[in-house]
Amino acid sequence: MSSEVESKTGVYKETLLAGLWKENPTFRMLIGMCPPLAVTTAVKPALTMGLSVIFVLVCSSIVVSMMRNLLKPHLRIIMFTLTIATFVTICDLFLRAYTPAMSEILGAYVPLIIVNCLIIFRAEACASKCGVVVSVLDAIGMGGGFTIALCILAGIREVLASGRLFGIEVMPSGFVPCLAMQMPVGAFVTLGLLLGLANVLTRKKGA
Amino acid sequence: MDRLSVLLMGFLSMVLVNNFVFTKFLGTCPYLGVSGRLDSAFGMGLAVMFVTALSGTLTWVVDFYILTPLGLEITRYICYIVIIAGAVQLVEMYVRRFFPSLYDVFGIFLPLISTNCVILGICLFIDIWGTDNILEVVVLSAGVGIGFTVAICIMAGIRESLQLADVPECLKGAPITLITAGLLAMAFMGFAGMIKA
Repeated sequence: MSSEVESKTGVYKETLLAGLWKENPTFRMLIGMCPPLAVTTAVKPALTMGLSVIFVLVCSSIVVSMMRNLLKPHLRIIMFTLTIATFVTICDLFLRAYTPAMSEILGAYVPLIIVNCLIIFRAEACASKCGVVVSVLDAIGMGGGFTIALCILAGIREVLASGRLFGIEVMPSGFVPCLAMQMPVGAFVTLGLLLGLANVLTRKKGA
Repeated sequence: MDRLSVLLMGFLSMVLVNNFVFTKFLGTCPYLGVSGRLDSAFGMGLAVMFVTALSGTLTWVVDFYILTPLGLEITRYICYIVIIAGAVQLVEMYVRRFFPSLYDVFGIFLPLISTNCVILGICLFIDIWGTDNILEVVVLSAGVGIGFTVAICIMAGIRESLQLADVPECLKGAPITLITAGLLAMAFMGFAGMIKA
């Protein structure tokens, strides 16, 4: 009995941690790549985006996992997207009501969470096969990994583009801001280099 | 004449200046996934073009004539998703029935498209821009599709040559593609001076 409980917590822990690094959606799996590029000009919007994704991912995982036995195979994807669209609408209205300025900055990228491949992928790969608890843990892990990736990218870009972090001056006064980091170029190149770095790190670990 | 030039400007701006892939980062997933070979990239581009033009127009019509007058804006995203999924299904059936050879080229990409952010993106941006003329909507949404095709085909061409290049081991695959996309985005910024606001 006790070994069963132990193995169960082991599975839970593994599911939770997988998303953070081993199966990190942005750095390792390369899914849901639009927000990491689009909203990472500063840390604040990136963090808001990350939290919104966690909210939608957790809620839709719960619903999908509860209705997994009722799903017809050919209607599965549309049911997933409708569930996700509902929660994204809630999230969008919430942001608009409580943080109008942030909602303005994120603009169309909040509703675009609906078609974020990360959420549909998790619904398909995990929530439609596992129980509620595992799905929720998986959603938190994946969402957490996604948020961390967003914040790393946004941190690098914000510091290099304006010398600030969370709007506070962090670089010495002689620092010359690199405006290119704020533009699309900066997003693509930074993410490319970070992916390269992630590859180096995993290879070192494996060897 | 005046209207024609507005339409032409809008079209050029969607294809080159405000290219969705390079300035709004929409459709990055298929952009990284399918741009390995030129012919499949072109097939994907064609399919996207078809569906953007169709669903961009349809969502605008539904939004303008049904949702807004009835005050149902709150269900907007859900309606958009249903319309897009329906449009994709319709295009797939139509193409399979009447153009079997075309179906072989881009049929396999069609199911993937319903979750392509370019499509939902154009529907949302048309809403944000507040366009109130159906002709403009058609031109803009077709322009976005063509812009995506241009971007993905350029990328596929570059990647075919990249296979012969000596890329550092850790940057192979997606990283070098992203860096190349960054350089392309910089090149496309050169078009920004073309249209004066």
